[in-house]
Amino acid sequence: MSINQIDQSAKFGSVTFPFPIFTASGCAANGKELSQFFKLSDIGAVVTKSVMNNPRSGRATPRMAETASGMLNAIGLQGPGIDSFLENDLPWLYEQGARTIVSIAGESVEEFAALARKVRQAPGVSAIEVNISCPNVENRGLVFACDPVSARNVIEAVKRSIGNTLPIIAKLSPDVTDISIIAREVHAAGADAVAMINTLLGMVIDTKKMRPLLANKTGGLSGPAIRPVAVRAIYQVHAALPQLPILGMGGVMSGEDAFELILAGASGVSVGTASFNDPSAAPRIQQELAALIEQRGFNSVAEAVGYAHRD
Amino acid sequence: MTTPVQTQCEVISNKRVGAYYHITLSADKISERAKPGNFIAISVGDEKSSMLLRRSFAIYQASGRGPFGGTIEIIVSANGPGTRWLVNRTAHEKIDVVGPLGNSFGIPKEPVRALLIGGGYGSAALFSLGDALRQRNCRVEMIVGAATADKIFAPVEGKRSVHSLSIFTEDGSMGTQGRVTDPIESLLDHTDIIYACGPMGMLQAISKIAAKRGIPCQSAVEESMACGIGICMTCVLPVIGDDGQTRMVRSCTEGPIFEGSKVRWDAIGTVPSGTYGGPK
Ligand SMILES: Cc1cc2nc3c(=O)[nH]c(=O)nc-3n(C[C@H](O)[C@H](O)[C@H](O)COP(=O)(O)OP(=O)(O)OC[C@H]3O[C@@H](n4cnc5c(N)ncnc54)[C@H](O)[C@@H]3O)c2cc1C
Ligand SMILES: Cc1cc2nc3c(=O)[nH]c(=O)nc-3n(C[C@H](O)[C@H](O)[C@H](O)COP(=O)(O)O)c2cc1C
Ligand code: FES
Repeated sequence: MSINQIDQSAKFGSVTFPFPIFTASGCAANGKELSQFFKLSDIGAVVTKSVMNNPRSGRATPRMAETASGMLNAIGLQGPGIDSFLENDLPWLYEQGARTIVSIAGESVEEFAALARKVRQAPGVSAIEVNISCPNVENRGLVFACDPVSARNVIEAVKRSIGNTLPIIAKLSPDVTDISIIAREVHAAGADAVAMINTLLGMVIDTKKMRPLLANKTGGLSGPAIRPVAVRAIYQVHAALPQLPILGMGGVMSGEDAFELILAGASGVSVGTASFNDPSAAPRIQQELAALIEQRGFNSVAEAVGYAHRD
Repeated sequence: MTTPVQTQCEVISNKRVGAYYHITLSADKISERAKPGNFIAISVGDEKSSMLLRRSFAIYQASGRGPFGGTIEIIVSANGPGTRWLVNRTAHEKIDVVGPLGNSFGIPKEPVRALLIGGGYGSAALFSLGDALRQRNCRVEMIVGAATADKIFAPVEGKRSVHSLSIFTEDGSMGTQGRVTDPIESLLDHTDIIYACGPMGMLQAISKIAAKRGIPCQSAVEESMACGIGICMTCVLPVIGDDGQTRMVRSCTEGPIFEGSKVRWDAIGTVPSGTYGGPK
């Protein structure tokens, strides 16, 4: 097939991935379940569920609500904690031949730094994604990603912990006035790339019970409903910082959707909510994307990155 | 857990039964693997559907071989937009199905006396279980209940799967007037194991009675699910593990069938204190 003729590689900092499609954190657990549907090594990388220092129960149910072309979720970072993750989940991913990007989440700058130190020492990690869309318990619960200073502090601390051993990808929230300001800060602090966008904060009110539907009241909106927001945010950051690689995400359901994010400036694309609809979404989207890129006359995915910005 | 597959299934038939729809799908690979208690997850709406999330349905029957190859049958109640779309499918249309999913009912090795209790369409999951139990020479009694007669799912051919079948409706429009929980106490003197599938309130009430008598009660729960395959963490409920520790566990992979006495029914919708990784 001619699909294999174009160069599909995607570069993030010092690491080059052979394929441009990744899973999105929190939408693939830690790979085991999706491996029943496709070979994890067939896509660019598995981005694991954001892991914290300690085991987390997550929030009460209901944790999700379907919305028009999207969904709200309020999982609350349920997970086994970093030690169990490094002992059980990461080695399994390594055995599968999957390239793994470990997503970490903390409630304080120190927690991020400690997590990064542990991840650095573990074998089989391709990059670290820093999910700064978490409340900072030391700053009135304000989300790190929404405050340039907090965002910068986290990335600086992670950089101090791991130096240049692994590429650092800072995951940004779209719930800010100007996302390129946050991107500039995290880049200056040492991030090799940014991942965007995380979910947008939303709410659904149950009109029968006449109260918020989610136990947490608010939740993060994902799915095709947010794709135009993702395209805009990626376009803005690529325009402001053309050298900064972007891992794009937000409502990608098809190869064409992924292509749109690449044209806006993404070097690679994560597939999130689409996997709930179609467990084989990631490899399917990757194939569709390769075919489309070739059809548009590019020799590589890299050539198409930011192509929509030309005069 | 068996490995699920994703396949395009042809609708073979769609018949109305009372308030429900009985849908038969061609599904070789799924029917081969399915065990009583498993469910399937169906993608709803057409290609440009604004409904992203799959809908889950218990498998009523899985037949390995028939005139149409392997088939899967489900019983659907049209509740909202997704299920309404599904019940409007006609023969020869294709739908996207993932399955079989979840765990299955545990079947004892000895010929025990089993009591099967189904509420509403919940009874659908129990007939193939009845067959499996009868093959093990178990004594199988079934109670089916619902608010009204049209919501009773108890097909004539299903009577072959059990030794006795009694029906309860809240308005008395079919069988005995009352709830499925009414007769249980008296039946428990000659019951070794209970299997229950239906609304959460019913499962909770039955689990409580069973626990008091020390009778195992396998309960098939129904939690809101976004993926059905274990990757989203939306479908959790608090369940006590073998080590006595309560954890928020996924009902799509570790369930949907749980031992009733292990489920913290009162705490569903909360993270009860003492839960593993819970707030301090
Ligand atoms: C393991 C399992 C087995 C099931 N078996 C059957 C069955 O055999 N027959 C049958 O008719 N129904 C069954 N259900 C319930 C069925 O999945 C829901 O009725 C259906 O998802 C509702 O979709 P909707 O679009 O019609 O409703 P909406 O209310 O519009 O659905 C909105 C969202 O909420 C979720 N949701 C709503 N109600 C439920 C519910 N009761 N359970 C889980 N998710 C829900 C949907 O998946 C969807 O994401 C089962 C559910 C589970 C979890
Ligand atoms: C159920 C669910 C859980 C998520 N969990 C995480 C998480 O743990 N860490 C994170 O950085 N992003 C998380 N996200 C956000 C996604 O990674 C992604 O940024 C977002 O959903 C947009 O992409 P999508 O529309 O393709 O899903 C989660 C999203 C969903 C739907
Ligand atoms: S429904 Fe997604 S984890 Fe259970």
